[in-house]
Amino acid sequence: MAVGLPLLDDPAGAVKPGRVRNRGAAARRGGLSLVTTYLSLVVLLPLAAVVYRSQSQGWGHFIHAIQAPESWAAVKLTLVLAVAVALINLVMGTLIAWVLVRDTFPGRAVLDTVIDLPFALPTIVAGLVLLSLYGNNSALGVNLAYARSGVLMALLFVTLPFVVRTVQPVLLELDRDMEDAAASLGAGALTTFRRIILPNLVPAMLGGTALAFARSISEFGSTVLISGNIPFKTEVASVAIYNQIQSDDTTNAAAVSTLLLAVALVVLLVVDLAQRLAARRG
Amino acid sequence: MSIIVRNVTKRFGDFVALDDVSVDIPSGSLTALLGPSGGGKSTLLRIIAGLEQPDSGTVVIDGSDATGTPVQSRNVGFVFQHYAAFKHMTVFKNVAFGLEIRKWPKDKARARVMELLELVHLEQFAERYPAQLSGGQRQRMALARALAVEPGVLLLDEPFGALDAQVRQELRRWLRRLHDQVHVTTLFVTHDQEEALEVADSIAVIAGGTVQQVGPPDELYDAPANDFVMSFLGPVTRLGGEVVRPHDIDLVATPGPDTVEATVVRVVRLGFEIRVDLLIEGEEAWVQLTRSTAERLTLTDGATVYARRAAVTVATAGA
Amino acid sequence: MAKHSLRWVALAYVTLLLLLPLGLVTWRTFEHGLSPVIDALTTSEAGHAFQVTAVVSVLAVVLNTVFGVTASVLLVRHEFPGRRLLNAAIDLPIAVSPVVVGLALILVYGKFEPIGRWLDHRGIGIIYAVPGMVLATVFVSLPLVVRAVAPVLEEIGTDQEQAARTLGASGFQTFRRITLPAIRAAVGYGVVLSLARCIGEFGAVAVVSGRIVGQTQTATLFVQERFENFDQPAAYAASFTLAMTAVVALVLTRYLRLKGQR
Repeated sequence: MAVGLPLLDDPAGAVKPGRVRNRGAAARRGGLSLVTTYLSLVVLLPLAAVVYRSQSQGWGHFIHAIQAPESWAAVKLTLVLAVAVALINLVMGTLIAWVLVRDTFPGRAVLDTVIDLPFALPTIVAGLVLLSLYGNNSALGVNLAYARSGVLMALLFVTLPFVVRTVQPVLLELDRDMEDAAASLGAGALTTFRRIILPNLVPAMLGGTALAFARSISEFGSTVLISGNIPFKTEVASVAIYNQIQSDDTTNAAAVSTLLLAVALVVLLVVDLAQRLAARRG
Repeated sequence: MSIIVRNVTKRFGDFVALDDVSVDIPSGSLTALLGPSGGGKSTLLRIIAGLEQPDSGTVVIDGSDATGTPVQSRNVGFVFQHYAAFKHMTVFKNVAFGLEIRKWPKDKARARVMELLELVHLEQFAERYPAQLSGGQRQRMALARALAVEPGVLLLDEPFGALDAQVRQELRRWLRRLHDQVHVTTLFVTHDQEEALEVADSIAVIAGGTVQQVGPPDELYDAPANDFVMSFLGPVTRLGGEVVRPHDIDLVATPGPDTVEATVVRVVRLGFEIRVDLLIEGEEAWVQLTRSTAERLTLTDGATVYARRAAVTVATAGA
Repeated sequence: MAKHSLRWVALAYVTLLLLLPLGLVTWRTFEHGLSPVIDALTTSEAGHAFQVTAVVSVLAVVLNTVFGVTASVLLVRHEFPGRRLLNAAIDLPIAVSPVVVGLALILVYGKFEPIGRWLDHRGIGIIYAVPGMVLATVFVSLPLVVRAVAPVLEEIGTDQEQAARTLGASGFQTFRRITLPAIRAAVGYGVVLSLARCIGEFGAVAVVSGRIVGQTQTATLFVQERFENFDQPAAYAASFTLAMTAVVALVLTRYLRLKGQR
């Protein structure tokens, strides 16, 4: 997975000596059964149940369920919005990371801290917060409530930290000598950025963008208040699923859920693969 | 306490780190395990400590088989290359750790810790944290920590490897003096032949997973068992197809019965030592001379001189 | 200057998206002074909602901390078949919509499913009750402790642990006296992050709680319910309280991260 931790193939100390190895093995077995049982009960079994339920009435019904007009419209809107959100984040997230690392100005530390706010802020509060500025009685005179642009706004809000926080550390670690070397070889600022800096940032940018995309297609809380959940207009996929659950239509809900899961996993895996390839090349 | 290693083999996947290794370390000695990195010397040390388990073979410490004994019951002192300081504990607490584990009474432990800190000259740093110490001080703390529990054997894994040259010099001499005071059987790993020659009573050269030679420093230097040991312990060059130490070649101005003709390629003055690059029968060689010897010859580039083997150091296979 | 224009673009973006709306919510909350806010937060529904949030969050975080530390030690310090798979599976919740989390739990632990029915017959209700809400919250915050602790565990290496072993410490003594103090800041960081995530959870809890006012309604559900019932003062007051918790969490994580780096 994109955010997975790089594991050593043979961590030092993996082999415990003598009797300790036996005792260590017992402790490991205990820990391993605890961890796998917990993970299975909370995550794996339930997710498997969703996929299983989506197929319980056959593949044909699965296709039929996700192509039901209301569901399909919601899925399409979700994907289009998620792509837009990913692209905007790709640009703005990188730009903000750049400013945080390379620029100095009073208040930079504050900016650096508030970037994480969307991670900590409850999504329903995020929705309410946006609605207060961009809602019916907007102080700015911009009414985005019950509009697709409002949903876009909400998604941008909750995904703000992803690209910033993946690009920022890479940019911090980047060897400034490389840029000086490029400059000494006659490269202008733009050429240096395009040919020297950007190639080093791309894996992180992609990783962050993929996370933002995955988050966008699964987002629920922040869109609830601002979107008004109007079918065929502002209803996103997770809201469609929610409504289906509420009307006890769990099979169709499972179908749309499975589709969302598959899209998120494919995107994360593809980006993970791309990052691995880039890492190997680098 | 003596250490006897018998027929120890250790593999990591396909890589054979140790291949049927046997070594005897006499009680009270200060022995160096010397060899290139990846040669297996650290693995051997870790097996003696119990930090690794051999695939086959036995480790006998003080006359009893310790092969199956877990590391915490072996009563060995171990010093790591990168100190392994407990970062969240003061120097005092670091040194006291082993005593607390052994449930020493508080006042007795305190006295012991202070005694050790005095031994390593850190008594005034007792309340500091490792982060507030220099590398050399941290390594001395690690030594005190290892010695506090009165280990049967003291094992040091490249103990000075992470320190800069000057501190390394100091600590070497200091380790030697410490050993003369404490007399604990000590085994240290190093890849620096100078360090081994200077500090150890006895050196075991380990390379390619096998023991190449064991003996006192002089013996290894003067009577190396093979070309590898010879070249690892000091500079070598070739003369007449044989590996020779460059200071064991004499240069003379006139040909004699056992001389070969040589052409001077370059003369480098390194303070007291003069280094002469030669071409002998189309082969490159070099000679180390003292300044006075060099002054007796006319050593200009392109000059012809005559070379002759002076002393006896050659690899004596099977020695 | 190009450099400065970048700065202004970044600041404008963050201000319009984040700071201005937050400021406005604060202003809306205290528009009519402090007493309406206090009144809105001291109703029995509000009090109960925050109480439910606290109970669910604390339970979920305790569970995830035990899980997270164990999983981190396993992943970083041990070699076993399926290690990579476990590593990937832990990140799975990141890719799952909260609503899907809710659905997934209903499909296993709901009254009309085999396991749920079996539990129900034994008097254990999961869905529409606190256990289900804890499960949902555990699900969404599952990777956080692991991802905070595992890299630190990797970074501190095994030297100190091995040194402790050579000094006679047992496996458990080594864990308690060497490993745990070294990862304390990281565990704290993961706990605060998880706590913030748990308190803020909405979608998954909305599905599994049945949102019964005064029973299974959490603070975030309270915000939505009040807002949709045109009780904006209560919605704003609760939102402001939640936002403040988030800010405190944020400052704490900053502090813990700095402490961890030291």
